[in-house]
Amino acid sequence: MDPMTLLTLLICAGILFGAVAAVSMGNVVSAVIAAGLTSLFAAVTYVILSAPDVAMTEASIGSGLSTAIFLYAINRTRRQEHEKDD
Amino acid sequence: MNWAIGLVMFVGAVGLSVIGIAGMLMSNHLFRMVLALAVAEAGANLLLILAGYRWDAAAPILLPGHSTQAMVDPVPQAMVLTAIVIGVGVQALALSLVIRVRQHYATLDMRVARQRMQDALDQAAGVVPPRSQEGPAGERPLPAPTRTIEAGGPHD
Repeated sequence: MDPMTLLTLLICAGILFGAVAAVSMGNVVSAVIAAGLTSLFAAVTYVILSAPDVAMTEASIGSGLSTAIFLYAINRTRRQEHEKDD
Repeated sequence: MNWAIGLVMFVGAVGLSVIGIAGMLMSNHLFRMVLALAVAEAGANLLLILAGYRWDAAAPILLPGHSTQAMVDPVPQAMVLTAIVIGVGVQALALSLVIRVRQHYATLDMRVARQRMQDALDQAAGVVPPRSQEGPAGERPLPAPTRTIEAGGPHD
């Protein structure tokens, strides 16, 4: 098999695996990390599709900033839970 | 061999959208719904980039020596570049609304939050919430529905 096809196949399998994990994982933090992994694989796919600017944006914003926003929101709701318990 | 790469890419993009939409529909947790929305957005972006791709073309960057080279369509790439940034804005807005819901109704489950919102609305309107006469014996409110009808609340 062509090595390019094999690489594409592996990356698409990684994307689909990450998406399934993001949707179905029990822990919310793990699901957010899986979604970030999906974005990172999507960035590699954009490089293969010769869109380097989109790949840079996806890797920095879709994978970095989005994960940071999600983790911040989870942290906010958890802290309220602790205050309610005390 | 190029059609194999294209097929794999299309399967990946469509599968990403389908998984995201299915997760959005099947989940009751508000965080998971926003997360599935992000996954579906990634799938739609991938599909758009694939729509403008040419197998024999280079990246749309104009270099001094290669001015006659065929290039990939740059318009979907610019649109997807914008869509990624707008998607992060939508996610931030949705998460701020989720935090507000959590502060008001002390839950992240969609059904529980909807029930509590309905109860708060009924209480604010001064209406006894409508309950089923066919419920189990312990939960059956016998005199309440007649009073509701006499009160002439907004449920009539």
